[in-house]
Amino acid sequence: MTTKTKRQRPGNRGGKKPTFMGWRRKNGRVGVRNHVIILPLDDLSNSACEAVAHNIKGTMAIPHPYGRLQFGEDLELHFRTLIGTGANPNVAAVIVIGIEPQWTGRVVQGIAKTGKPVIGFAIEQNGDHQTIADASRKAKEYVQWASELQREICPVKDLWVSVKCGESDTTSGLASNPTVGKFIDKFDAWGATTCFGETSEITGAELNCEKRGKTKAIGKKFLKTWQAYMDEVIEPFKTDDLSDSQPTKGNIEGGLTTIEEKAFGNLEKIGKKTSYIDVLGPAEAPRKGPGLYFMDTSSAAAECVTLQAAAGFVVHLFPTGQGNIIGNPIEPVIKLTANPRTVRTMGEHVDLDVSGILRREMTLDKAGDALIDMTIRTCNGRLTAAEALGHREFVLTKLYRSA
Amino acid sequence: MAAPHFLVHEKKDSVGVVVVEGVKKGQMLTGWIMQGNKTIKMKCLNAIPLGHKIALSPVKTGDTVIKYGHDIGKCVAAIQKGGHVHTQNLKTKRW
Repeated sequence: MTTKTKRQRPGNRGGKKPTFMGWRRKNGRVGVRNHVIILPLDDLSNSACEAVAHNIKGTMAIPHPYGRLQFGEDLELHFRTLIGTGANPNVAAVIVIGIEPQWTGRVVQGIAKTGKPVIGFAIEQNGDHQTIADASRKAKEYVQWASELQREICPVKDLWVSVKCGESDTTSGLASNPTVGKFIDKFDAWGATTCFGETSEITGAELNCEKRGKTKAIGKKFLKTWQAYMDEVIEPFKTDDLSDSQPTKGNIEGGLTTIEEKAFGNLEKIGKKTSYIDVLGPAEAPRKGPGLYFMDTSSAAAECVTLQAAAGFVVHLFPTGQGNIIGNPIEPVIKLTANPRTVRTMGEHVDLDVSGILRREMTLDKAGDALIDMTIRTCNGRLTAAEALGHREFVLTKLYRSA
Repeated sequence: MAAPHFLVHEKKDSVGVVVVEGVKKGQMLTGWIMQGNKTIKMKCLNAIPLGHKIALSPVKTGDTVIKYGHDIGKCVAAIQKGGHVHTQNLKTKRW
């Protein structure tokens, strides 16, 4: 027996490579939350899921409006998002409820590949009452099992971090987005896996973004993805200033005038040194190992974060200017802002105040380290503002009308 | 070091961003150009809200406005030095 024990404390050790406390799942991925989720296949199953989550404390229903009569690529994205959400390492176990057993089974089989407990229930030929009773029995078993799982000390290379900004203003490009950029540059060097998206919002800076690809081919892959979004989504439906959706009314109130101005501010989030190593489809899991990935997503906050969480990212950095209040059911969303008015008028939504950068009281390096510290604290268990306030925006991306 | 009234990203930018509340018409403002760490002083011609842009030099209709060292759109109504730059005089070239 050894008497000499080195006391290990997880945390941000004076700017050195930090560690965090996470749950290591059977497939090797590490989560920072331990949710048991009740996941509906379709809109019809929301009520049963919510009833189960009401019966069994410590479980969480994730209702959504889709899953009927979808087909082709749109249906594939629906399945990928639901399976990815259940497979995310922040989730310990999953109950899937659907109107009929076959598509329900498809989601169950997809999640089961991770090795975590998952089971499906179908409502047809059972009704809500029987389904809720059966699913509740299993949910109680799962939540009691999950509550005994222990966290362990993990290196940052096991951490998957996504980023996306929202209700941006000019303070985002000046301070909160470059703070995230400092974080990304450090975490990339430490071997973490990170992700940015927002295809339409890179308009104006698309050639600068292309140059940030690790190779010319990867940069071209990004540009092709961006062009497809322009050709298929923006061009056929475009209106003057996109009907005040790009920039949004909030962006304009905050001083952002054009999409180009917004795009250059947006790109500040990926730092100065880091290159992206691949371009992912919506909700597609990274397959090329550690590094920064670009994901083809909408620029609407909840749609984007839902897709990133479904790809396996476990903690999210969300810089805001005017105060987007988004959260996600399974991925903690850390909110930072540099806008002093937002800090003053809606401080309950802010996890990290970096307004000192604008007053020259705080350097970007210091702000980046403060964000690393807040991220590690969040991974170790601190509830984010969005979690404490109950923000669970789960918004599926739908590609076209149903059959 | 006193807190600046407005910040400028890069030396060649034609606009800065007001980062304090309550800037009044005719007020003398202190600006910080982050690239190169230079402090400048300028009178503003309008009451400019927090987060909104101020012109660092006169801009003619049709001129390109520069921020982050890049093209952020075209001027659609002439702007004087110290004037408020926003949707009334700056427009995207994209949509």
